[in-house]
Amino acid sequence: MLKQKAILFDATLCVGCGECYSACKEANHLPETNSDFLKDHLGANTYTVVEQYEDVYSRKLCMHCVDPTCVSVCPVAAFTKTELGAVIYDEDKCLGCRYCMQACPHHIPRYEWSKVNPRVRKCIMCYDRIKNGDQTACAEACPAEATIFGDRDELIEIAKQRLAENPDNYYQHIYGLEEAGGTNVLVLSPVPFDKLGFATNLPKEPLPTYTAKALEKIPGVVAGGGAFLAAMYWLTKRKNKIAEEEKQSNITKE
Amino acid sequence: MIPKITFWRVVAVIIVIAGLYSTYLRLFGGLSASTNLSDDFPWGLWIGFDILVGVGLAAGGFSICAIVHIFNIEKYKPLARPAILTAFLGYLLVIFGLMYDLGKPYNIWHAIIYWNPRSVMFEVAWCVMLYTSVLFLEFIPVVLEKYKLHKLLKFMKKVGIPIMIVGVILSTLHQSSLGSLFLIIPQKMSQIWYSPLLPVYFYISAIGAGLSMVIFEAYLSARAFNKGIEADLLSRVGLISVIVLMIGFVIKLIDLIVSGNINLLLTINNYSLLYYLEVLIGIFIPFGLLIQKSFRENRRWLYASAVMIISGFLLNRLNVSISSISPETGVSYFPSINEISVTLMLIVLGMWAFKLIAKNFPVFTEEIHHEEFEAKLNETTIAN
Repeated sequence: MLKQKAILFDATLCVGCGECYSACKEANHLPETNSDFLKDHLGANTYTVVEQYEDVYSRKLCMHCVDPTCVSVCPVAAFTKTELGAVIYDEDKCLGCRYCMQACPHHIPRYEWSKVNPRVRKCIMCYDRIKNGDQTACAEACPAEATIFGDRDELIEIAKQRLAENPDNYYQHIYGLEEAGGTNVLVLSPVPFDKLGFATNLPKEPLPTYTAKALEKIPGVVAGGGAFLAAMYWLTKRKNKIAEEEKQSNITKE
Repeated sequence: MIPKITFWRVVAVIIVIAGLYSTYLRLFGGLSASTNLSDDFPWGLWIGFDILVGVGLAAGGFSICAIVHIFNIEKYKPLARPAILTAFLGYLLVIFGLMYDLGKPYNIWHAIIYWNPRSVMFEVAWCVMLYTSVLFLEFIPVVLEKYKLHKLLKFMKKVGIPIMIVGVILSTLHQSSLGSLFLIIPQKMSQIWYSPLLPVYFYISAIGAGLSMVIFEAYLSARAFNKGIEADLLSRVGLISVIVLMIGFVIKLIDLIVSGNINLLLTINNYSLLYYLEVLIGIFIPFGLLIQKSFRENRRWLYASAVMIISGFLLNRLNVSISSISPETGVSYFPSINEISVTLMLIVLGMWAFKLIAKNFPVFTEEIHHEEFEAKLNETTIAN
């Protein structure tokens, strides 16, 4: 079994240079969307952004959930959680229902709204690179080691170490360790995460468990419903028949 | 013959022309040219109305079908065929409407070959596919009757009951699953509407509103075809409709109290006002009216109540799918004129199709009684 890869982004180290932004654009062959990268937003041609919140820089990109909602909701299985941890997308399967966008707890997938054959667009953790043992373009480009790439369990240890060694520099939480079942992008921050635009109201269990609870009742509804309806049909038919017969015999008696 | 020009005909033609123009924009300009959808609001009117309301209001089909053919309460039989036709056309329009909303409508058949059983959408897709086929089979006897294909008709009667049972089960599954679609976004929705019981509410409200749709449709048909109305049956259907909806409301109320979310209704804001509006129009006023015999047996009040129930239902589905969802960035969504014109066009097309079919096929006449057509069948065999 391959080890799950992950990205660790440490906002306390980020200098806001935008190298990750440019490297991402280049690696994914995306056109320029904004002359000032700090003012750009995630979009069909932008898979990651650097955001400035007062004196803290943060990044936004697909979190690559451990049990991703997009993978679970897609009716045609266009999303796949790969063994390496990257969540990838197959545009040929996609029918464009956009349930993935509606369901994503991190508000990540973007759509090519102006195209006639639109695709869902998001970071795929440079899947072609990491498959070959390379790191993601953003991690490779980062001059401050604010974004690093590695095995998820190792990165978790590094994150824990940083929180323990410099408690004053950090808000004591690893974002992505448990959020909605955990993610393969881990984030450290000097301030509470809602201040950096992260969703902080997520449950600990993966969101697909919420729909699973409803879906697992289907066999029961089919079996129970079928039996109930068949029984009702038989009973009411019989009742009607008996009533009819009684009516007939009453008529003959008269 | 040139059709007579009436006000509603002119309105309908204008709507269809506008709808066709919007269709052109959708086809050649994509979703951004035709809708106000965005990355913040990926679902809009075409999902909220064309799909959720469309499927929900077609629930009259399976409800009446169950009453007549499974529970064998035969006096409701005159309502069955129009209800099945309404449902059948309703589902065809839902699928047609979905083609507008899907980014790649030509891939719609992918649900057949690429399976994802963990997806509620996948389940809904299959149920809608199968149930539309079931509705076709439920309606086909009307066509067979018209062309006097008695042998096939006899065969259809034999397999009729299992088909009806399958239809009720499929409806139960996907009517509720449309609510389950939203179970996965607990953190995005207002807790006034979010609940693990969403599928139950969707199911109950679809039955209630679907039955009101039967009343609505019967009144329009009576007007269009200058025919009488099954007043006694319809007033009973109205009563069942409001009772079903009230049961749904009571469950919801208990749910809100148990979960502690009842507090959300005590503060007045856009959410709570929308909720009050929804239950007032959709449940309380019609319940208050139709629970009384005098109102229920008055044509106008019954019709008005049905319209209110349908409006409240519509509001509920739009509340769940649009209003209750708070976007990340505070962007708001209101459907574009093109989204609205396509939706209105679908309604007009549905009405035209209903009228055309009801005019040419025995939708309103009572089914030929089994023995009767057997006798006819014998006659023809003897004659031959």
